[in-house]
Amino acid sequence: MIEFLSQPWPWYVAGPAIALVMFLLLWFGGEFGVSASLRSGLCMMGAGKKCEFFDFDWRRDIWNILFVLGVVIGGFIAFQFLMQHQAVDINPATVQHLNDLGVESPPDDGTLVPTSIFSWEGFLSVKGIILIALGGFFVGFGSRYAGGCTSGHAISGLSNLQLPSLIAVIGFFIGGLLMSWLILPFILQL
Amino acid sequence: MKYLKFILLGILFGIVATKSEIISWYRIQEMFRFESFHMYGVIGSAVVLGVIIVALIKQYKLKNIQGDVIQFNPKAMSVPRYLIGGTIFGLGWAMTGACPGPMFTLVGNGVLVMLVAVAFALLGTYVYGLLRDKLPH
Repeated sequence: MIEFLSQPWPWYVAGPAIALVMFLLLWFGGEFGVSASLRSGLCMMGAGKKCEFFDFDWRRDIWNILFVLGVVIGGFIAFQFLMQHQAVDINPATVQHLNDLGVESPPDDGTLVPTSIFSWEGFLSVKGIILIALGGFFVGFGSRYAGGCTSGHAISGLSNLQLPSLIAVIGFFIGGLLMSWLILPFILQL
Repeated sequence: MKYLKFILLGILFGIVATKSEIISWYRIQEMFRFESFHMYGVIGSAVVLGVIIVALIKQYKLKNIQGDVIQFNPKAMSVPRYLIGGTIFGLGWAMTGACPGPMFTLVGNGVLVMLVAVAFALLGTYVYGLLRDKLPH
């Protein structure tokens, strides 16, 4: 059991577990859509005074903010207690491609991101600011514009066979492919 | 328990997201370069099971724990809204290597600079709220 817990989990464990989370959220009277918590958070911070889009009773969405709080705690528990701290085992072809662009191989301590970019020092570089700040902005702006993110559209929406969610997911991939193949190589060499 | 169960579910998601590495910037690059099945397997198997779960909920008019029949509010049909919004989101997903759930998970992992990404995601959401009436929907 401990052995299994400390190994990286395969897709056929993670996918069903995410479906279970979606089901339990529905059963508890919520729904699976993490980006909506950003809107609720802004509402809670008083953005409704300036903009009617954020003017609602955030207490109705408090479950979503609590879910996000749990996500942070879960991330802490998993990384502190359930990791073997070995490098993320991605395709060597991807590693080679990233190395060629100046990004280090996945860290041996099991950190899931390249720390040359995703650290306070990395953030002070040109590429760090672009990837973290502008990237974060796009995630927030795009998910609200599209009415959902990966959880809301790709998981919940596709599970409900909604055409709008399929269009959104196609958009996710248009943007992601454009970035990974065309724009990211440029940014990484700044 | 009214609130605790949502925190517990979040903890479960945060553990699954970390252990399956779907919050890894490396995994996201690997996915968009089509060099691994992992991410497609995670999302694909969640959706296949999700389709069955949603169909069963509708078939049996399952009630949530408050006693109300579980409803699915269909999204209004539009192409520009989902395609443009989705594309902008996709750009950000490949840049940060994280969608909103994984951003929060990474903060828990100790990648605290992701708080900056969260702050800018909040800013992006806010700017959308300000510009909403001027954007094609």
